Amino acid sequence: MLNFIIRRVAIAVPTLLILLVASFWLMQTAPGGPFTSERPLPQQVLDNINAKYGLDDPLPVQLWNYLVGIVTEFDFGPSYKYKDRTVNDIIAQGFPVTLKYGTISFLVAIVTGCTLGVAAAIRQNTALDYFAVGVTIGAQVLPNFVMAPILIMIFTVWLGILPGGGWHGGEWPYLIMPVIALSTSFMASIARLTRSAMLEVLRSNFIRTARAKGLPDRTIILRHAIKPAMLPVISYLGPAFVGMVTGSFIIDSIFGTGGVGYFYVNSALNRDYAVMMGLTILLGSMTIMFNMVVDILYAWIDPKIRL
Amino acid sequence: MNISIKAALMVSAFALASPALAAGTHPTTGEALADDQSFTYRVLDEHSSVDPQIVEDVSGSEIVRDLFEGLYSQDNQGVLVPGVALSHTTNEDKTVYTFTLRDNATWSDGKPVTAGDFVYAWRRLADPATASQYQWYMEVMAIANAGPVMAGDMPTSELGVKAIDDHTLEVTLSTSLPYFHLTTTHSSTFPTPAWAIEEHGADWTKPANIVSNGAYVLTEHVPNERSVRSRNEAYWNNDATILDTVTALVINDENVALQRYFAGELDRTEIPTGQYPDLSVSNPDETTVFPRLCSYYYMFNMRPDGPAAMQDLNVRKALSYAVNRDIITENVLQGGQTAAYTFTPGATANFSVPDVDYAGMSQDERNAAAVEMMAAAGYDASNPLDLTLIYNTSEGHKKIAIAVSQMWKQTLGVNVTLENQEWKTFLQTRSNGDYQVARGGWCGDYNEASTFLDLVQSGSGYNDSKYNSPAVDELLASAKTMDDPQANYTAIEEAIAADMPLIPIYHYAGNYMIATSLKNWPVDNVEQNWYSRNLYKVAE
Repeated sequence: MLNFIIRRVAIAVPTLLILLVASFWLMQTAPGGPFTSERPLPQQVLDNINAKYGLDDPLPVQLWNYLVGIVTEFDFGPSYKYKDRTVNDIIAQGFPVTLKYGTISFLVAIVTGCTLGVAAAIRQNTALDYFAVGVTIGAQVLPNFVMAPILIMIFTVWLGILPGGGWHGGEWPYLIMPVIALSTSFMASIARLTRSAMLEVLRSNFIRTARAKGLPDRTIILRHAIKPAMLPVISYLGPAFVGMVTGSFIIDSIFGTGGVGYFYVNSALNRDYAVMMGLTILLGSMTIMFNMVVDILYAWIDPKIRL
Repeated sequence: MNISIKAALMVSAFALASPALAAGTHPTTGEALADDQSFTYRVLDEHSSVDPQIVEDVSGSEIVRDLFEGLYSQDNQGVLVPGVALSHTTNEDKTVYTFTLRDNATWSDGKPVTAGDFVYAWRRLADPATASQYQWYMEVMAIANAGPVMAGDMPTSELGVKAIDDHTLEVTLSTSLPYFHLTTTHSSTFPTPAWAIEEHGADWTKPANIVSNGAYVLTEHVPNERSVRSRNEAYWNNDATILDTVTALVINDENVALQRYFAGELDRTEIPTGQYPDLSVSNPDETTVFPRLCSYYYMFNMRPDGPAAMQDLNVRKALSYAVNRDIITENVLQGGQTAAYTFTPGATANFSVPDVDYAGMSQDERNAAAVEMMAAAGYDASNPLDLTLIYNTSEGHKKIAIAVSQMWKQTLGVNVTLENQEWKTFLQTRSNGDYQVARGGWCGDYNEASTFLDLVQSGSGYNDSKYNSPAVDELLASAKTMDDPQANYTAIEEAIAADMPLIPIYHYAGNYMIATSLKNWPVDNVEQNWYSRNLYKVAE
């Protein structure tokens, strides 16, 4: 097991480096720059700005300085667009926001998704099953950029019980709509995965043996069926978790939550190089880390993987 | 009877002179004021900065105008009113301006506002180390030695600005500039506190550190969510300020913003494109429309090595004539925009719109003339012109591009390919001259026609058409030092109509939903330089 973990970590580090260099290069090849605007700056002004931010150095030098800054001072650079702030400021302010609504959405999605999926599988072809399948399909086809304004329409404009947006340090009234909008489609995927995996497991030989042995349904499902049925779900949870805690452009821009999801998309459009790199590193390392956690979990649940 | 009303009014006016009666009646209009004097509005995007010399966006400038006060401010009509400066004098040829500053202006930490604070701020703006994107504004202002200082060839102390004493500021210009004092309402010219900047560095604009001299101070800032400014007790005219707090909420989606407006969370928001006609019927008291100092246009690529068809005056004129502006403004936009036949909007101060020839024709006459010109250029049904029109990705630009391409197709048989590009890619393509026809939009930096017409100057960095007319350059240069340059501006607009380097399409209009309780929004200020200290809320 320890060997397995070491092997995974050894692959993670070069993966991150490749990601970093590739995104740096891709970003620089995009047309325009952070200071391209409808009013082109006079050359002198542009030279002064480039000199201040070191953008006049050759690209490899810029990349090197950037990496040195991160390693030695944990400095991810300045924002070229939001000049009052550094990338560290932006992450320190935005990441806790997305981490909070993302984690809650993740928990909501797992609990409701797994419950719906398992219930539907156990009562296959009953009204409960049809209901669950109906809800999950509905949830999956309703994108959150459609659902979010509808939620605001209902809860803010008509009922007047929830604020239409904002964050306020993450007080619960401000959390409800972002969590619903973000978790629904994940919940649907989890429910559908759980349902099909569960159905497959319930039909396998070892469950039939357990039933023949006369074990009660409860024990069969909780002790024997759920664990193998969770394998496909777990492989989905890693990326899903990263997807949720790193925020969503849609959630941030519709609910005005101030998370990093909005900054990530906007930094690419603004060519705000350092912000984009910083968030790429954050997202990339989290993706790598949670895929690793999933792999380890997998190996723990299914001993065949360790071989 | 009359006398007693007058007496009553006088009594209430006296009572209001004391600040203790914040929630009373308005000192001049007599309206009953609301107890809650807080104003919340929507901004599209997070502001870039609240540092006067650094800020570069509209929403940031709005905050900076509340937090800081420059030499002059604007009233609701856009006319100059005293700010920190009470008055100014100039020498004979208008190259030296001397401002007299008020002696009761103070910073939020209690220090007096002096001429030295302006000197510091202006030097800071020109300093290459500050690397401000608005450095070039020093050249618009024609401050002596701005160029060499910006290039780092001269120390900032050589900049043409000095404090004669604490309350006298002297500015030396590199050329005569009759409208120089108008440029001092721009946020990049506002004073900044040297001691706070030296103490906190780039962090000086954080709410805990910031020191400002305007009617408000920054009390809270949650990036991408909200920023809150509150009444500055140390402001010299604090007694006249009515709104206590002003909150800007960042809401990217304009439709969501409108929903939140209807939920009562906002006092002001923009009306999404196309919704003005319905809203003006359902909520007539809340919808507001007013002219803006902006022009929407299509530019032709006139580079000598560019597309051949665009070199042909007949083609350019035919394409311009065939655009039915009224359909664009009345059927596509529907938000109070006005058809444009000149580049400079009629709302610009001291500018009267010249009668360019094609503006006076009917659309049928224009179409007929366009067909003739197209034929003269050698294009017909068997040999149609193929054009590519580029615009930056946006629903609004797309609608207009589709409408215009249909007009060209129907009237002139032109085959138009529409191509949308992401913003920065679009800007790059356009400035590289890699296009035939491209969309453009321009808002005035100041309320004077030259802010528009400079765009057709041959050497201008904004001239993406690369239109090159020595006569126009000459007219622009001589207009700079004239007291009344209208004749030159008329001649330039006529030259634009004759050479058609660009197609003026419409002049912008502002469309807001404004809560009925919020009063005194300066709809007549075409630059939309609004100051929260002039706004107030009435009781409902």
